[in-house]
Amino acid sequence: MIELKGIITMINGPVLKAMGMTGFKMREMVMVGDKKLIGEVIALEGDQGTIQVYEETEGLRSGEKIISTGRPLSLKLGPGLIGNIFDGIERPLLEINRISEGFIPEGIGLLSLNNEKKWEVHITVNENDVLEGGQCFATVQETSLIAHKILVPSGISGKVKEKKPDGVYNIEEIVLVIEDQDGNNHELKLSHEWPVRTPRPVKERLPISTLLVTGQRILDMFFPVAKGGTAAIPGGFGTGKTMTQHQLAKRSDADIIVYIGCGERGNEMTEVLEDFPKLIDPKTGKSIMERTILIANTSNMPVAAREASIYTGITIAEYFRDMGYHVAIMADSTSRWAEALREISGRLEEMPAEEGYPAYLPSRLAEFYERAGFIKTLNQEEASITIIGAVSPAGGDFSEPVTENTKRYVNAFLALDKKLAYARHYPAINWLNSYSGYVKMLGNWYAENVNPDVVDLRAKMVKILHEEDKLQEIVQLVGEDVLPDDQRLVLEISKVLRIGFLQQNAFHTEDTFVPLKKQYEMLKCIELLYDEGYIAIKKGIPISKVKDDYLFSEVTKMKYTVSNEDLSKIKEIRESIMVYYETLIKEYS
Amino acid sequence: MSKEYLLLDKIEGPLIFLSKVEDVSYGEVINITLDDGKRRRGRIIKIDKDAIVAQIFEGSSGFSVVNASVKLSGKPFELPMSKEILGRTFNGIGEPIDQGGSIFSNDIYNVNGRPINPVARKYPRNYIQTGISTIDNLATLIRGQKLPIFSGNGLPHNEIAAQIVKHANISEKEGEEFAVVFAAIGVKHDDADYFRKTFEESGVLERVVMYVNLANDSIVERVMTPRCALTAAEYLAFEKNMHILVIMTDVTSYCEALREISSAREEVPSRKGYPGYLYSDLASIYERAGMMKQTGGSITFLPILTMPNDDITHPVPDLTGYITEGQIVLSRELFQKNIYPPISILPSLSRLMKDGIGEGFTREDHPEVANQIFASYSKVQDIRALAQIIGEDDLSELDNQYMKFGRSFEETFVSQSFDDNRSIFETLDLAWEILGELPKEELDRVDPKTLDKYYKEKI
Repeated sequence: MIELKGIITMINGPVLKAMGMTGFKMREMVMVGDKKLIGEVIALEGDQGTIQVYEETEGLRSGEKIISTGRPLSLKLGPGLIGNIFDGIERPLLEINRISEGFIPEGIGLLSLNNEKKWEVHITVNENDVLEGGQCFATVQETSLIAHKILVPSGISGKVKEKKPDGVYNIEEIVLVIEDQDGNNHELKLSHEWPVRTPRPVKERLPISTLLVTGQRILDMFFPVAKGGTAAIPGGFGTGKTMTQHQLAKRSDADIIVYIGCGERGNEMTEVLEDFPKLIDPKTGKSIMERTILIANTSNMPVAAREASIYTGITIAEYFRDMGYHVAIMADSTSRWAEALREISGRLEEMPAEEGYPAYLPSRLAEFYERAGFIKTLNQEEASITIIGAVSPAGGDFSEPVTENTKRYVNAFLALDKKLAYARHYPAINWLNSYSGYVKMLGNWYAENVNPDVVDLRAKMVKILHEEDKLQEIVQLVGEDVLPDDQRLVLEISKVLRIGFLQQNAFHTEDTFVPLKKQYEMLKCIELLYDEGYIAIKKGIPISKVKDDYLFSEVTKMKYTVSNEDLSKIKEIRESIMVYYETLIKEYS
Repeated sequence: MSKEYLLLDKIEGPLIFLSKVEDVSYGEVINITLDDGKRRRGRIIKIDKDAIVAQIFEGSSGFSVVNASVKLSGKPFELPMSKEILGRTFNGIGEPIDQGGSIFSNDIYNVNGRPINPVARKYPRNYIQTGISTIDNLATLIRGQKLPIFSGNGLPHNEIAAQIVKHANISEKEGEEFAVVFAAIGVKHDDADYFRKTFEESGVLERVVMYVNLANDSIVERVMTPRCALTAAEYLAFEKNMHILVIMTDVTSYCEALREISSAREEVPSRKGYPGYLYSDLASIYERAGMMKQTGGSITFLPILTMPNDDITHPVPDLTGYITEGQIVLSRELFQKNIYPPISILPSLSRLMKDGIGEGFTREDHPEVANQIFASYSKVQDIRALAQIIGEDDLSELDNQYMKFGRSFEETFVSQSFDDNRSIFETLDLAWEILGELPKEELDRVDPKTLDKYYKEKI
């Protein structure tokens, strides 16, 4: 390959212009200057090119060279991804720290997965087998949880001509040779490269039908997120976006978690690095780090790499999806990514649309969220990618462009609320303006896995909460006493729902993850309390009697007093509710 | 022998434009000599072919297109650092302005610093007792945290910062060295003086490094001030293993300076005319706080910003809140009720406190007490709103108990004098005393066991 060279003519922060760029391709990765900073070609005009640089550009001189690499910004995909932490362009931060302790220097070049590490490989195909792109030809037990399936890169197919025996290999050794129809040989290694901006192909898309179980009551019962679905978590600062994202990363039942810390705090990534290895997944008994991949572009790291970090994350997710895993991506926060687009767009002097954001913001958001889905892989397995993106609206105002446009492409919208956060009601998801389009789609799933009446029960409870909101407006004006008793019952039940059900303590050993069965029984118990209370009120019994302090507080405290495994206590509470109201009605008739 | 450039193309605000410059690097410092012998310094912020744009630290007044001679230094903006900086006062670009002479050292640092690798960070977990009940109990300061004070004009943010300097145990153990780095960014002369006096009275002056850019100093210098201060802080914390408290006031002036330069550069503005990169720029400052694994020191960062028109959604507090690990918000309403410190607890938050309080750190009941106070006090707000409409007399008995709780909370818990240094145990006991004014069944955020141990009804 001929090495092309351009010459830097303009430097403006992370954006460069160069001449002599005729042979360069759009989106090609380039080495910039004497320090060999990593950059990407983002515009070409005649022999002029524009380059965004993923590292600090201070000290760069006009006249320094730009060297082509001949390939687009790509990731190396293979064993070694899991449990690792990478920067926005898949450079392992631990390796960087070994080279330069403490701070991230510029010009360390393009590091990637560890080439030397040997993996125990089992080759699953035989000579003369016919293979197509996306089919598995070897497995590596990467962690005790995850068997890493090595796939034939898409685009390659043919007959197995040569195979190495099972044994230990590094990711650069050739383990299989495939001869295609034209007689060409393709040498396959444990790793291959994939351009980050190109979605990986799938066989077909399947309809959404499975719940992503999170153990968080307000999500699982009220605003469910489906496997293969998309959700946005918008909220002003301090409302608990990161807390919610961490909780989902720790507790949800996806096979693989890709956590993208995009333009957020350094200490948050450190927290993940310190906490996750200690956390044990109850389902498998293993550390949850064995299924987690972290991408960190903290807010003080170069802004162009922030733009790339989202694509890096989703490409890694697609890679694991293609092995037949259910992958969930947490992107915290997509607003920082949008701001990175804005910053680069501004430096390119493009015409701004709303609030300085580029006009292509909606299409970029759509491209990202559309890479989610429940699919059949080329290997005929069912797999999914779920995207949960945090949004940080300026001033907590949901009418700003990033929130507005995100709303168009996600199906679940979990709005975080400042007022709830101020009262330390966590998760501070506002039940009035959040929504999930997956409730209906998951109806069958709930019926098979929990109970046929989940959807109706949910609808009833949501209605009570909405009624409470209306009543609260009146209460704010005239006080609670003037309301009729049945409406006061709605207020009391809502309080139980809010404190006893919707509020969930992430730091409580039992309450941090609640199985669906318990969630359902709890909600059922609250329903019973309401129904029985309502009957009593209709018989003319005053609210002061209907609202029995002991009973109501027992129901509210269910989340702490009933253990996750043994639900017999709920039965007892149900019985005492029945007995109490039976006696009460007898007394009054 | 480096070249001198004698002809400027254009002067605009603090920026100069010149062309036909050879071998220039991005971010490089330039030295300028005016025809009357005055020397200025500047920094290159854009290169376009052979034309450059540079910002002049001291401002461009006195410049004409022909009277300035520009020389490239070949170096980025760097400062020498040594322990001698303790007790000294510098201007916004790190030049000594006391009578102590220059700092000489072989340790030269680029003021822009480099991003800390997240894997090299140590997650902050040890709390700093500030002696202020509201902060210690409800928005606990953790060593290595960045916790801004969101204030308004005329509110006593300076006093609170001074009180923290006076009472806080900045160093971890007895005998470990600590220092205060103070950056005055576009503040009034009185404010800078107030801090100097407080440092003197607290007997820490010889452990304070001051970087002072007053309200009438150059705005380009203002943009460099926090970077110089943090370079000093990083040097002391990560090279000399000291515990550093950085106090910076006023970040709003910094952002305004950034906006002024951005508009001179004719950049596309985003909200309220601030540049689109305000978030990244603020992050490059705030994120320099923290602790690292391989060294023993820490940088605890207490920036102060005034919210224009007390508006917390203004871009400066808004973007700050997204980067920092919480915030302490001051309230004009409390201030007008004559409550000092007027810390409005509901919007105040410390993100790191969850891992630095409770058993083994403070006391086992701490997290629950804090939660309960937040929940109960937020209810007080609703009841107060109701009382405004229907009058206090028509409130239910329970609502009246809440009203009383709200009053005692503000008057005895929030309020404390400048010299009152409460230990965390005094603070927690005081919290229980006030919670005693509410009936036991209203305390739904506390575990029944904790409640039995600490709750004493006082109705």
